[in-house]
Amino acid sequence: MDTKVSPDQVIDAQQVGRSVPRMEGAAKVTGRAEYIHNLRLPGVLHGKVFRSRIAHGRILSIDTSAARAVAGVHSVVTGEDIRRIIPEPYYGPAFHDQPILALDKVRYVGEPVAAVLAADPHVAEYAAGLITAEYEELPAVFNEVEAATSSICVHDELKPAITFPDLKHLKGKRNTNVALDYKLRRGDVSAAFASAAHVFEHEFHTQHIMHTPFEPFVALAEPLDDSVTIHSSSQMPAYVRLEIARLLGWPENKVRARTAYLGGGFGAKVYVKIEPLVVALALLARRPVKMSLTMEEQFYVIGKHATTFRIKSAITADGRIAARKCEVFWNGGAYADIGPRVSQKSGFTSTGPYQIECAEIDSAEIYTNLPPAGAFRGFGIPQLVWAYESHTDIIARALKIDPLEFRRRNILHDGQEHPTGTVMRDAEFDEVLVRIAARMGWDAPFDRGTGTKRRGRGIAIGVKASIAPTTSFALVNVSADGSAVLFCNTIDMGQASNTANAQLVAEVLGIPAERVKVTQADTDVTPFDMGTLGSRSMFHMGHAVRLAAEHARTQLEALCAEGGLTYTGEQSVAQAFRKKFGMQAGNIFGVGHYTSRYQPADPATGMSKEVTPFWMIGGTGIELEVDTETGHVTILRMVNVVDAGRAINPRVVETQISGAALMQLGQTMTEEMVFSSAGELTNPSLAYYKIPGIHDMPATIENEAVEAETRNGPFGSKGVGESGTFGVSPAIANAIDDAVGVRLYSLPLTPESIYRAICAARGEPLED
Amino acid sequence: MSVATRTIHFTLNGAPVSATIAPHHTLLEVVRDTFGLNGARESCGQGLCGCCTLMVNGQSVSGCLTLAAFADGATVTTVENLAVDGKLSPLQAAFIECGAFQCGFCTSGFLLMATELLESNPRPTEGEIRNHLSGNLCRCATYPEVVRAVQLAAERMA
Repeated sequence: MDTKVSPDQVIDAQQVGRSVPRMEGAAKVTGRAEYIHNLRLPGVLHGKVFRSRIAHGRILSIDTSAARAVAGVHSVVTGEDIRRIIPEPYYGPAFHDQPILALDKVRYVGEPVAAVLAADPHVAEYAAGLITAEYEELPAVFNEVEAATSSICVHDELKPAITFPDLKHLKGKRNTNVALDYKLRRGDVSAAFASAAHVFEHEFHTQHIMHTPFEPFVALAEPLDDSVTIHSSSQMPAYVRLEIARLLGWPENKVRARTAYLGGGFGAKVYVKIEPLVVALALLARRPVKMSLTMEEQFYVIGKHATTFRIKSAITADGRIAARKCEVFWNGGAYADIGPRVSQKSGFTSTGPYQIECAEIDSAEIYTNLPPAGAFRGFGIPQLVWAYESHTDIIARALKIDPLEFRRRNILHDGQEHPTGTVMRDAEFDEVLVRIAARMGWDAPFDRGTGTKRRGRGIAIGVKASIAPTTSFALVNVSADGSAVLFCNTIDMGQASNTANAQLVAEVLGIPAERVKVTQADTDVTPFDMGTLGSRSMFHMGHAVRLAAEHARTQLEALCAEGGLTYTGEQSVAQAFRKKFGMQAGNIFGVGHYTSRYQPADPATGMSKEVTPFWMIGGTGIELEVDTETGHVTILRMVNVVDAGRAINPRVVETQISGAALMQLGQTMTEEMVFSSAGELTNPSLAYYKIPGIHDMPATIENEAVEAETRNGPFGSKGVGESGTFGVSPAIANAIDDAVGVRLYSLPLTPESIYRAICAARGEPLED
Repeated sequence: MSVATRTIHFTLNGAPVSATIAPHHTLLEVVRDTFGLNGARESCGQGLCGCCTLMVNGQSVSGCLTLAAFADGATVTTVENLAVDGKLSPLQAAFIECGAFQCGFCTSGFLLMATELLESNPRPTEGEIRNHLSGNLCRCATYPEVVRAVQLAAERMA
């Protein structure tokens, strides 16, 4: 909030569409912004975890005696201890499958087995290192395709939570690792393949990735007389409250979850992660407990699904996609987390943004003995686009059709049906392609390089549905001086949601956005919101905020009228309050809520007339140079174009596009969690897990949101946090193919993999 | 795990201070936990990300790798010292103007490094900016905006 902006300034200029600087900018550049990372509480104990060193085994014994004997150790807690306060200590949004600390079995290397509490975190860490455990080792399964049919089962029995109706049928299922099996069946696929002029079939792979938010997972729990307060770096405080209340058997109002600014989330901090353990430790110790994970430990909490995607297309003689078959295996790791939602909500878009009359999708979430996988910026879409846009490019090149032209010939337009049966609306696919091509000068001659430096270009485009149905509530409180505070649970983790939401309130109330304060989420005061994930907030919370502000405005106008005044913003309100209450006193509360429309998929066909309230669209164009002697790639130019509807804050939209695309660049070129044959992660450190640095930036990067309007969105807007990720990986692979004529089927695109492909292509394959 | 403690004396953001420390305490822990300065933060814990950047005797260091004992007698500066009487430095203002941060967790480190750069090289080229900031990572990937902010501040300070 910037109080230097005058309240007299009832501005005519629209608040929506204005690049308002971030509200928290000064706090962030002075080091004073609040993060839970910084929170210190009197009498706090620090928790440190002892983790499994094997991938699958029955726990025979845990020896905590040496840890307990360390001076300064308060207590050591195992899974059995937690049963004293939480008899059924299993959590998870899709399946109640994850024990707070391992019980009976361990299922991946890095799984928490015991925790040490001490006032000095160094003492707790030292003592945790003295714990030992004996296991009866069991065979383990790591690959998602193998695990789909393996006799080695990660869980004895599937335990779906009640949250999602489409998981009910899995209750009590045994002898399987399949945690969700989404199917789409549309049209006569067999006939389309039988009559196709061309058939193409490929298999693509993506690797395990970690979000590495720079504020590692951190949570504090404060036990009070008959309640508990949780301070957590969470994207989902309302869910934290709900799940902790469920575990404890308490009403929700005895659990308070609050956050501050998040030092990054990217999907890692959705649902609950370390909160159940921190709460259990605090209740057992009857003391406040803080857990701050290290960067290394983060790799054992959650990651992004590795995938295998088998894709097959039937193409007509005139270059149209008549049918597509997609088989996607999602490596969900040992616990489901929100993985099944990823494999379904993204899975139904596996055929891509194309007009395809006959489609078949099988998208399966598979348990393995690896760290859990869940939501990661894009919610599964980047893995899918990687495969279908590589595949689409191969088809175009094989048929000697320009890759841009082939896409435009098949791309979906408004009014046409997506394979799910939902009619496309406000989805500017073609315009995104046109703008990428225009910026790249697609039709102009292109310098292809010479000698050992070869240049190429590639494009790719992807689509994402929003998670639906979901609900947001918002509350606008106008004080007696006319100033407004917005209470909402949308978490600002860098996407400037507080600024955008302030703009919406300001737009409705006719005051400058800088005058609006936005609270941090605190479930004791901020109303329910499903969570900050999947680019849902601008749309869902945006509507709730708009409605709350409209509700407030109606009451403010009535209050002014009652005092014989005309509403002209803050000062008129201040006068009206004084007239009514005789002094500066009182409040006006505006409330609003929004639930998106959704029609569940038909269980037989997987189809739905209303599968998403809006579509996210993102494409990328790449120009690059390959060194044919080393396989090294230099990105010369990156063009990212999205349809974000109408931008509430154009500068923030641009940085979201850029940040998303550059994050995906790292996942394309360098990032990979590498596991040993025993399922041990070999590189849980920024030294060996390489995220992009400043030297990895393309020489030129351009970002654009096309002119568009989401007619059912708040002020025409929709979400944009993920769209920049969609096209990056396949656009780079397509450009590499264009440059040196080799095709890569697995991420990341390392110099070694490129060089091996170049050698293989000239008939001189390298030894392994 | 009983360890001997000792008292160190140093200058922190211009003021003389002292702290009782154990040999294993890092300067980052002391600055944060003893003096409540939260601008420097531990993230990777290995000196690879730059979130914990501090200035010791005018030199940037990784606070998570610098033992507090070595700061005895030194001059230590943190991001909290960049604004004077609430007035932002030209770099801080440029970071806001250019949108050179998102989550903000790494921002203190970038600001201290960029300040160090402009002190020794008031008109750096883009390559020099990238080189000097190459030890700092930003997971939100605001690198293009950071480069523009440093260029803008350099222009204004010229």
